[in-house]
Amino acid sequence: MYKLLKYSLYDIVKSRFALLYTLFLVLVAISIYQVSEDMGKVSLSLLNIMLMIVPLIAAVFASTHFFNNLEFTELMLAQPVKRRDVFLSQFLAVAFVLSMALIVGFGVPMLIWGADVTILTLLGIGIGLSVIFAGLAFLASVMTRDKAKAIGISLSFWIYFSLVYDGFVLYLIYSLADYPLEKTTLGLVFLNPVDLGRIIMLMQLDISALMGYTGAFFQNFFGSFQGILISSGVLLLWMLWPSYFALRVFRKKDF
Amino acid sequence: MKTLIVLLFAISCFLPNLASGTVIKLTSGGNIQMAIDNAQPGDTILLAAGRYEGHDLTIRKPLTIWGESYPVVDGMHKGNIFLVAAENVHFKGLHIINSGKSTMEDSAGIKFFDSKSCTVSDNLLEETYFALHFSNSEEITVSNNRLFSSAEKEYQTGNGIHLWKCKNSTIENNTVMGHRDGIYLEFVTNTVSRQNTIEGNKRYGLHFMFSHDNSYLQNTFRRNGAGVAVMYTHNVLMQENLFEENWGASSYGILLKDITDSQVINNIFRKNTIGIYMEGSSRNTFQNNSFQQNGWAFKLMASCDRNTIEANNFLGNTFDISTNGSVVLNTLNQNYWDKYEGYDLDKDRLGDVPYRPINLFSMIVEKIPAAVILWRSFLVTLLDRMEKVIPSITPENMIDNSPKMKPYDLGTAHS
Repeated sequence: MYKLLKYSLYDIVKSRFALLYTLFLVLVAISIYQVSEDMGKVSLSLLNIMLMIVPLIAAVFASTHFFNNLEFTELMLAQPVKRRDVFLSQFLAVAFVLSMALIVGFGVPMLIWGADVTILTLLGIGIGLSVIFAGLAFLASVMTRDKAKAIGISLSFWIYFSLVYDGFVLYLIYSLADYPLEKTTLGLVFLNPVDLGRIIMLMQLDISALMGYTGAFFQNFFGSFQGILISSGVLLLWMLWPSYFALRVFRKKDF
Repeated sequence: MKTLIVLLFAISCFLPNLASGTVIKLTSGGNIQMAIDNAQPGDTILLAAGRYEGHDLTIRKPLTIWGESYPVVDGMHKGNIFLVAAENVHFKGLHIINSGKSTMEDSAGIKFFDSKSCTVSDNLLEETYFALHFSNSEEITVSNNRLFSSAEKEYQTGNGIHLWKCKNSTIENNTVMGHRDGIYLEFVTNTVSRQNTIEGNKRYGLHFMFSHDNSYLQNTFRRNGAGVAVMYTHNVLMQENLFEENWGASSYGILLKDITDSQVINNIFRKNTIGIYMEGSSRNTFQNNSFQQNGWAFKLMASCDRNTIEANNFLGNTFDISTNGSVVLNTLNQNYWDKYEGYDLDKDRLGDVPYRPINLFSMIVEKIPAAVILWRSFLVTLLDRMEKVIPSITPENMIDNSPKMKPYDLGTAHS
């Protein structure tokens, strides 16, 4: 298992993707820090990157990587190693590289120009979303035989979670405006990791606006210890289940 | 010559006390009412340090009640502590505690009726229902007092400084905490409130109605239950005040209802759920204010007209302006908006592209508060972008035609 992981990591690093991605993140972070001196604005600009770009890259990279490594995977499966280990080594390597790129790419500028709790939370959410979308991409990959199809499915996951889902929620809120929707929306938020991450950030960025009306309800929930525990638990669940199902499919898959 | 003038001035300062006859000294435990009854008009009653009990202590002649190192006057939770109906009554240096609690008679620490030229200064009032209560009085000065109440609910306490039908008065340098309304004015005219700190009151920090021609300068209103609410008044000046951290669904930096011909200048609104909420108000000027990190900087209802919002800074607010209709009869001009994305080709420091401070989503949230949960999502950002390019739902006329490129440097008392 350890050896497999090591080779998978070598492989990704050799592909130079990791380097380019890190470099890209460093450039983005530097430009954001240069443009605005206010920490609030920095985290606002970073928020959009974290919620949009990071999941996109995670999804596309993970599914591309899976198919690029398909021959190696098949070769490994012919060896006396567990299927679980082969899958996990691939997945963990991808998740590790994506997370490291974020930590180095955003962490170094943060070390130089300073960071606050908001930005650190944001970094955590970015890492969470990377793992989640890598998991979803692996799930898409093991379910298909075709690379293009897998990337397509990964992309539709991304579009669904960052755009379509919110449209659906907005429509629901709009058409049921006469009903008390606090608990329903809270439940709906948990069904979308991007929304969950976004709302954890809202609690820190737009606290004044959220103190009104519905916001106070969310504030009570996400501000309490219990709420923090539940929301991070749900985020963790999101990080685990796609890869778990992908693993189950992978075990029985006929290559 | 110069020293003579100074000397004369110094004498004239002490004149009210010097001219006012004898000084009656009371020691701890003395009967204040008896001393008042025995005093001649213009006398001074000096309370030595210690503890005095009594309630409904009635004063009907010019007197000065002076405390030495804050003697405690305990009302024993019964009725009013001091009742005044006279001219030239002065309270200084007292520590007044435990008035009765009655909504029927509005129990107070010191209550004035039909009085004139009275002062209340340097007192400490604790656990009084109403602290200082004035009705039908004029030329009152309330300064340097500290008023505290530890009531848990709004109905358990009265107002800190309560003026009803008063005029030509001054309220300055007071601290009011934990009361129902910090300062309450009704039918009060020509009165100045200056440099007061009004914090953590259960209902409003400042509450006035039908109180024309007043000014409010350099006060701090912080974390009051519902912020500041002012109604049915014309010709008010609010300058250099700080409105801070008023959080809640119905909490405002200021709520302005039916306010006309007034000026709100050089104030700071920081971290309020709603900075200014205005309805039914006309011909007001908002100038050089700084709106920072509010949920809604300005809620400008469609029932307002001919107001001018000019040369203000809008920084880091979630929503800059929201409204509830499509009619806009107000003017926005040369404000600085941190969300402005235009350019300035002719270098006159004003943006060449108009700024629309209302975004689509704030209109949606106005209708359906639950939708606030979608704020900052990609979908909402996309909708807002589209609306900015082709405005269809947001009011066409809510527009700043000459937005400022750089924030104003608004040096105020609180920054």
